[in-house]
Amino acid sequence: MLTNLINGISLGSVYAIIALGYTMVYGIAKMLNFAHGDVIMIGGYMAFCTTSYLGWPVVPSILFAVVVCTILGIVVEKLAYKPLRNATSLAVLITAIGVSYFLQNAALLIWTSNPKAFPNLVASIPSIELGGVRIANTAIVTVIANLIIMVALTLFTNRTKMGKAMKAVSEDKGAAQLMGINVDRTISLTFAIGSGLAAIAGVLLCSAYPTLMPTTGAMPGIKAFTAAVFGGIGSIPGAMLGGILLGIIEIFAKAYVSTQLSDAIVFAVLIIVLIVKPTGLLGKKVSEKV
Amino acid sequence: MTEKKETKLVSVPSTTMIPERDINKPLVLEAIHLGIEFGGLKAVEEFNIGIGATEIAGLIGPNGAGKTTIFNLLTKVYQPTHGMILLDGKDTAGMNTTQVNKEGIARTFQNIRLFDKLTVEENVKVGLHNHINYHVPASILRTPKYWKEEKKAHMRALELLDIFDMADMADVPAASLPYGAQRRLEIVRALATEPKLLLLDEPAAGMNPAETEELMNNIKKIRDEFQIAIMLIEHDMNLVMGICESIAVLNFGKVIAKGTPSEIQNNPQVIEAYLGSRKEEKA
Amino acid sequence: MKVLSKLSKRGFLNYAIVIAFYLVFQILSVTGNLSSSLSGQLIPIVAYVIMALALNLVVGISGELSLGHAGFMSVGAFTGAIVATALQASVPNGILRLVIAIIFGAIFAALMGVVIGIPVLRLNGDYLAIVTLAFGEIIKNLLNCLYVGVDGKGLHFSLTDANSMNLEADGITILNGPMGALGITKISTFTSGIILLLIVLFIIKNLVNSRTGRAIMAIRDNRIAAEATGINVTKYKLYAFVTSAALAGSAGALYALNYSTVVPKKFDFNTSILILVFVVLGGIGNMTGSIIAAAVLTILPELLRQFQDYRMLVYAIVLILVMLITNNEKARATMVMLRKKISRGKGKEAQS
Repeated sequence: MLTNLINGISLGSVYAIIALGYTMVYGIAKMLNFAHGDVIMIGGYMAFCTTSYLGWPVVPSILFAVVVCTILGIVVEKLAYKPLRNATSLAVLITAIGVSYFLQNAALLIWTSNPKAFPNLVASIPSIELGGVRIANTAIVTVIANLIIMVALTLFTNRTKMGKAMKAVSEDKGAAQLMGINVDRTISLTFAIGSGLAAIAGVLLCSAYPTLMPTTGAMPGIKAFTAAVFGGIGSIPGAMLGGILLGIIEIFAKAYVSTQLSDAIVFAVLIIVLIVKPTGLLGKKVSEKV
Repeated sequence: MTEKKETKLVSVPSTTMIPERDINKPLVLEAIHLGIEFGGLKAVEEFNIGIGATEIAGLIGPNGAGKTTIFNLLTKVYQPTHGMILLDGKDTAGMNTTQVNKEGIARTFQNIRLFDKLTVEENVKVGLHNHINYHVPASILRTPKYWKEEKKAHMRALELLDIFDMADMADVPAASLPYGAQRRLEIVRALATEPKLLLLDEPAAGMNPAETEELMNNIKKIRDEFQIAIMLIEHDMNLVMGICESIAVLNFGKVIAKGTPSEIQNNPQVIEAYLGSRKEEKA
Repeated sequence: MKVLSKLSKRGFLNYAIVIAFYLVFQILSVTGNLSSSLSGQLIPIVAYVIMALALNLVVGISGELSLGHAGFMSVGAFTGAIVATALQASVPNGILRLVIAIIFGAIFAALMGVVIGIPVLRLNGDYLAIVTLAFGEIIKNLLNCLYVGVDGKGLHFSLTDANSMNLEADGITILNGPMGALGITKISTFTSGIILLLIVLFIIKNLVNSRTGRAIMAIRDNRIAAEATGINVTKYKLYAFVTSAALAGSAGALYALNYSTVVPKKFDFNTSILILVFVVLGGIGNMTGSIIAAAVLTILPELLRQFQDYRMLVYAIVLILVMLITNNEKARATMVMLRKKISRGKGKEAQS
């Protein structure tokens, strides 16, 4: 029971970090970045290649993964999403699906579909025994990383000029532009941060579940989106809350209901949330101006 | 605060403004203590109005006064937080936009909202939707009833388009119409739903004086032919003063004056709202 | 009137393409010029064309994105397989059994469409897409756990394993969890597939050119104006969605009854995306385009097996490029100008 709870929080923390990327991008660019999950996978492969093939130490390899994903995020935004800023959401979403598919299939060509055994990058940190319950080192690192990211991001959006600009753009793009905020750069920055976080999430996810495949990011990506919606899309604390709750639900569903049906249960949560409270737990209502 | 309002049972709209020919007919629209708050901000409050069955009423006021918000309340795009709306004596509380239209309010939009990819005729036929009488099986099997009803709809659509001499544009995609024609098409589409009350949101916006003149005649023609009430928001004072039988002036979400065009033109409060007070003018 | 005749011509064009396609492959097949791998693809091609048409009804006509259409296809496929196998003894005529199986496949997929559509269609845009995706996954997961068998007493169901159905000695397991539907008798034929396709085209064409179709397209073009014009938005979105689900279900039944085994995994997210690629490439809202894109993109990989590895990558790039070209204002303006130039050129030729 307690072990499950800890596993749930650990998995949920990964979802929370991924969900942050969704929620920030959705809040600012008003688009569902379907390819976000695949950026996680790219992050995982980057860390894998640098450690396993090149023998890099842990910290530089994670940094490398973050840098690559950040650049990837910016490039994807510039090439695929920016030209569609005024297009219908249907067009943007289909493009995002295209990007997602592109990343997956590019990875398939480069790294083949054979799963790679991901090394435990946090092996140097010991696991803890607490009152007979073993807490895996990956769980400790994941939860701590999640907390640091959450605090840092909250401080960033509330205290810094760039962070405030992000808030302004998410409220009203036009007005923000009139106030002298560079909207394009702000959106780029959001993608950069979201993608960088995805790299970290990728490393943490692969450390906990050490098989890496081109499709590794897809399911966690969709589930993290579920978490973002659950918590209220656009809300940073919402992403955290939604992620952790969803992680706990998934682990408990696996433990007590059925392994095969756990995904179905997670998605059922999404559907119920959207029907009962479409704005999520901490989200606010937006309506179209007539 | 709200309780107090609910206990006030006296009907507020004065019937003295209603044109003589409508006096013996029931009011088509009554709004009583109507109001809406957006997060504490009172966008519209204490809006009271009564509109006669065949009246042309004007709603004027400076930008941001809440005119379009009132249309949105009447058509339930927004749900009012205060007051009630009686349409032909029937309370519209709990109805949505679709139901309100079926009950008899049709409207146009300030920022034109046509069905862009459909043709002009199809746009009008969507307006006729609830008066075309066949169902899905009939359309898939192309029964005689389908053909009969479609033919009827086709004829009716052309008839309605003829009001604005637009029948020859029937097959053009709506998006490719010139601006003025788009505005006119919106009116035709609204008329097709057979409303009792037609709400026009800035029908003359972007039109030149000649077009506006023609529009005025057409609005009158619509009222006379269809025997319906029309309420319009407009900034063009020639149009408002020329065809409206009663005018309500809105400022900061509140009605500051009501009356006939000549009453409104001489109302000091209205002059102030539009021109600013004398002091400001001097400064 | 001109557009109406143009539209109906368009509809007939679709019939003509399908019939021409049928004749060409039928002649190739009779004269022995059809490779066995391609002749094995004929029914899947027809099924995918129907899927593309069904999805285009949702994406192009109704303007909503469904990412779970493979789910409806699988409901149709497994319903069809179960019905066909269960009726093996009582309805010996293969064609009749196929028709019944397809009808049941369509009905069950439609029911699933109603179950999904009622809660989901109140949402808009991106949420709807993600929820349909979620439903597609849920359907796949449930089918992975579903066991169905038949014996003298009728149908047996279980969610745990095949043994717990307690079939009698003469019983057969039709649906075996993740192993899928087993021992299906192949009763789908190319001709019956083409007839189904023609019926699907007929239904879509007549639905679109009716008050229902206009209401659906009005909602797509401007939801708020549609509401203000007295259109019940949820109802008409549901009509489009459920009709589409039913058509997808019929395609699924046709598809399944072409194989001896079908696994739930076949109808995953990738299949949904593949169908979306057909729709986007053929032109959103363009039924003729959907037919051609689905057929060509199913035949081509068969012919170009050596490029198999790059196929999905190319699809992804095509998807992105098509969206960028058709939706970017600058790109669209260039296209319009090009088209005008071309038509002007033609006009000049006609004059001279």
